[in-house]
Amino acid sequence: MATKTLDITKEHCPMTFVKTKIELAKLQQGDILEVLLSEGEPLDNLPRNAAEQGYNVLSVEHVGGTTHKVTIKK
Amino acid sequence: MADTKKLSIIAFSGDFDKLTAVFTLATGAAAVGYEVNVFFTFWGLDAIKKKLGRSPLGSNWLTKIFGVMMGGLHSAPTSRFNFFGIGPGIFRHLMRKNNVATLEELVEAAKLLGVNLYACEMAMHVLGLKREDFIPEVKDVLGVASFLKLSDGGQTLFI
Repeated sequence: MATKTLDITKEHCPMTFVKTKIELAKLQQGDILEVLLSEGEPLDNLPRNAAEQGYNVLSVEHVGGTTHKVTIKK
Repeated sequence: MADTKKLSIIAFSGDFDKLTAVFTLATGAAAVGYEVNVFFTFWGLDAIKKKLGRSPLGSNWLTKIFGVMMGGLHSAPTSRFNFFGIGPGIFRHLMRKNNVATLEELVEAAKLLGVNLYACEMAMHVLGLKREDFIPEVKDVLGVASFLKLSDGGQTLFI
């Protein structure tokens, strides 16, 4: 089981979602993806969308400033 | 997992900015789990040509001239602020500077995400374009009836 980190704090729509989706697709079942993202559209939607697509959203933590970390298990 | 949601887009325009809208919506929707179908017709066909620049694609002298005038993805003009052809370059620069995906990056992302790309049979016929003129990711050549069947039960946009 591997853990990977993806920083999309500097990305804009739609690449926030696109990069996350591509990264998730590369992972094996049971792997973890930690996504660093900004408040607003990514934080409001990414955890919900990941759950809707059948991924297990383990946590959403405030890291500092406007950055949050979403931990997703495939 | 919820039932797959579906977005179908009729890409009619060959304008750089409108194609950017097409591929932004297509990739965004695909990334959040939608099935996405994009039906390229008329000027929109420029976006899926193998030749990215201007090339005499066509079946006779007239359509070959059209082929050169229309060009491919790299020749797409902006619908406003085209400034005799330098507009797209200015927008590409602004997009890169602001870390926003360029049209070319969005097209690559669409291929990676498995967005379904279709070409309009009628428009291809009018413009003298062949299946081989398009990128291999184009899934099929369709008409209205097939597109309606594909888009049934989802949301459809015309851009």
